[in-house]
This record gives sequence, C-alpha cells and structure tokens, in this order.
Amino acid sequence: MRYMMLIYSREDEAATPEDMRAVAAAHKVVMDQARDRGIFCAADPLQPSVTATTVRVQDGKSLVTDGPFAETKEQLAGYYILDCQDLDEALAWAEKIPTACAGAAGCIEIRPIREFPSRVLVNA
Amino acid sequence: MHDHRATVESVFRNESGRIIAGLIRISHSFDLAEEAMQDAFAAAVVSWQTDGVPDNPAAWITATARRKLIDYARREQTRRNNEGQLLYEYESRTSAIDDEMNQPFDDDRLSLIFTCCHPAINMEAQIGLTLRTLGGLTTMEIARAFLVPEATLAQRLVRAQRKIQQARIPFQVPAPGFLPERLSAVQKVLYLIFNEGYSASSGDSLIRRELCAEAIRLARTLLELMPHNPENMALLALMLLHDSRRDARSTGDGQLIPLEEQDRSLWHHDQVAEGIPLVERALGRRNLGPYQLQAAIAAIHAEARTAQETDWKQIAALYAILNTTQASPIVALNHAVAVAMSESLERGLALIDELGASGELESYRLYHAARADLLRRMGRNPEAIESYRRALALTSNAVELRYLGRRLSELEGLVY
Repeated sequence: MRYMMLIYSREDEAATPEDMRAVAAAHKVVMDQARDRGIFCAADPLQPSVTATTVRVQDGKSLVTDGPFAETKEQLAGYYILDCQDLDEALAWAEKIPTACAGAAGCIEIRPIREFPSRVLVNA
Repeated sequence: MHDHRATVESVFRNESGRIIAGLIRISHSFDLAEEAMQDAFAAAVVSWQTDGVPDNPAAWITATARRKLIDYARREQTRRNNEGQLLYEYESRTSAIDDEMNQPFDDDRLSLIFTCCHPAINMEAQIGLTLRTLGGLTTMEIARAFLVPEATLAQRLVRAQRKIQQARIPFQVPAPGFLPERLSAVQKVLYLIFNEGYSASSGDSLIRRELCAEAIRLARTLLELMPHNPENMALLALMLLHDSRRDARSTGDGQLIPLEEQDRSLWHHDQVAEGIPLVERALGRRNLGPYQLQAAIAAIHAEARTAQETDWKQIAALYAILNTTQASPIVALNHAVAVAMSESLERGLALIDELGASGELESYRLYHAARADLLRRMGRNPEAIESYRRALALTSNAVELRYLGRRLSELEGLVY
C-alpha cells in the first residue's frame, strides 16, 4: 500500500546554503535506499510557505488568499510517497526522513493513500 | 446432565481471546471476526444442547467461526457480483481463508495484543480493543468500568478498527527494532487497566474488581507468550502483589486503609506466594526496568509480617534507582517517605521540602498529603493540619477525600 509522508518543518530563514545541501544529501540517501528496495514512488521538496496561495470556492465565487491554509509553526515542506507493506514499514521509513532544516524541529505525518479498485486493476 | 450453557460460557471466558485472535488474522477484520465468533457461540448453544458438548469445544467454535467467515465472504462476493463491482479483494480474501483453514490452531494472541496496543491508536481505544478482543468484555462493560458513555466508547473503537484496516496497522509481533518500545506500550496498557480497577475512585466496585482480575489474566497471557521477558514477569508479580491486598485496603463502607494499618491476615497469601518467586526470577536478570523495581518494592511490603518489620532501607534504595530511570514527582515523594521511615522523619521531610522548593508541586495533592503525613508523625500537628487541608482542597477522589478528612479530624480533635 502506498503511504504519503508529509514533512512538516519549521522554516528557518537563517539556514545557510551548506545547511540546505546537508539536508538535501540526507534526503538523497533515503530516496536511494527506497529506490533500491523498489518501493519509491515519488518525493519532492516544496518552496517555502511564503509562496503559498490558498483558493476557496464559496457560493460559486473563488476566494484567493495569500499564504498557506493554516498558519502553523511547522509548515508542509515536502512529501514522499512510498509503497510499504504496512504501517510499521512506513514508520520505519518515516523515521529516516530528515525533517529538520538546520536543526529546526519537524515531524512527519503518515497518511495511507486511498486506493481505488480501478488502480489496482491497472497495475495488476 | 452436564450444563452445556456453563460450558459455552467457560469456553468463552477462557478461549475467546485465542479464538478471536486467529479469526482476525484470517479475516483481517475485527468486525467480521467478532461477528463470526458470536455466531459460532450462538450456534454452540443450540448444537451442544442436542448433540452434546464436543471433545474440544474451542476447536469446534473456531471451525464453525471460520466457516462463517467464508460464508460472509461469499455473500459479499455475490453482492458485489450482482452490483457488477470488482472482486479482486474478496477473491483474494476467500482464498486466503481457504488456505488458512488448513493451518494448525496457532496462538495469535501475541500478534493481536501488539495490534491492539499499537502506538498509532489512541490510548483509550488501545485499552478498549485489548479488553474487548483479548479480554472478551463487552463494550458496555468496558464503558461502565471507565465511566464513559457506551456510545462514545463504541465510536472510538469503530474509528480505531477502521484505522487498523485503512492505515494497515500490522497484525504481527513487531520487528526487533520496534519490539522493546512496543512491548513496553503493551505493558503500559495492561497496567493502566489494572490501575483503573485498583484505583480507589468512584464507580461500580464489582466491575473494578473484574478489571483487576482481567488485567492479571492478560499479564499472565503476555508472560505465557513471552516467557523470558523479566518485565513481563515483574508486571504480573506487581499486579498480584497489589491485588493480594484488596480485602484489607478498605473498610466495608469504602474507607481507605493505608498499608501500615491493614490487617495482613486478610491479604490473599496465594497471590503473594505466586508473586514473590516471579519477582525473584525477574530480578535475576540484568537491566532493571520500571516494573521490576516496583514489583521488588511491592514484594518487600508483602514479605513484612507486620508494618514495623518493613525493610524501608531497601525500599528507599529501590526508589532511588527508580527515580534515576523513571523520574517523576510520585516516585520522588515515595523515595522521601521511605527515607523518612528508614533514616529519620526529619531527613524525609527535608527531601520533600527540597522537592517542593521550586513551587511546581504546589498544586499536587500527593505532595501535600505526603508532607502532612510526615508532619503528623513528627507531632507537628498544626502544620500537618495545614497540609491536610491543602491536600483536601486539591482532591476530587471520594475515597481519598474520606481518608484525608479522617486524618484531619483526628488531628483537629487533638489540637482543639
């Protein structure tokens, strides 16, 4: 089953290019391992939340606002999609994913991806 | 004639955990497993009446329940066929059940207990699922024991079961990397169940006693399944030793009797006799965990024939270790009390005052209660009264209120 791992971390504007490179390198290690195991589906980093735009359609009108939908200390910073046997395997992978940029705190939310029968057939 | 209903009940009581664990493994569904087991027990009531009780009643129930599972799967398949839906899931499910029908009668309770106590499930639901599946309690019984509305609990359990299925929480003994923390999560759930029964808060006392018995049964099962784990031994021992005091720790009208005033002849010495060797075995291993230390302390109390004979020095030493590995205000307070009893009341009070110096324990009732107790023993009655009053003001538990109130009025009687 595919699990989406949402990376939430504090956005540290003071992070230096070296910090960023170290984090990117740590991600590359995890992605390579996941590819070797044949469970890698996707992973991407996101631009910082200052680039976020939220659209909400109400009564047929779309309301566009600046910023992410929720102002929280930890912001969505990227994601992985890995095809794991069960939640324990997903947890073990999530523990490896770097969540911290330059020492700022972070966490990973694991969400099972809802599979539809058609998809199963296509892949079968 | 043998009462077949009593047999059905006793099979349910003793075997339902094992049976449902196997059914959950096969069906990957708590719901279907429960339904199948209930149907099988209902069938047993009828069938055993006419045909007599089978040689192996649990195997009969299991076989019947497995057939029910296949029936459900076929019915679902037909329904989906009729609706023109896809069959992949149900086809694989029925064939899996067919395969596993021929497997030996395994004990799946260990996998089940790790599933129920998985950290991805919220704590109340962990407790509820454990009691319902492994303990065979109904949702209504669990709700009554934990003083929550039945509908609330039922909803929590449904949500948890859905999560187990949809997030695919595994039905297995965790991988070695996860095992230590997962096992301590299981132990924690069992100990919480025990404490809920043991703690002297309000509620139906019969059900509370039942909870203690159930927690002991579950701890026994856990030890049976992982017999070399010293914390499993210690957990069972700890429960047995505490539970052995159940008839001595309160008066008929529900007044709490502290350990030193208990009539020790009322202790259940069979439980003490079972608990102490378990503690000894557990302590023979290295790495003292929290249950080993607490069980060792309980064993020292249990071995003292009178309160005066209590080896407080050893208890103080054990609390000192516990306070380095599992530091908490309650452990630190207990350590101070043990020092007061083994060295001097002054030294114990000094330790308590040290703990209170930061002001963080000002709103903690047991801090004031422990302090009051030492002051009372030292004969510093006005100060003791002051502390008992503070403890009382912070207590909501009815039994504790009565105990503190009794102490307070005894002292007030002396002062005024």
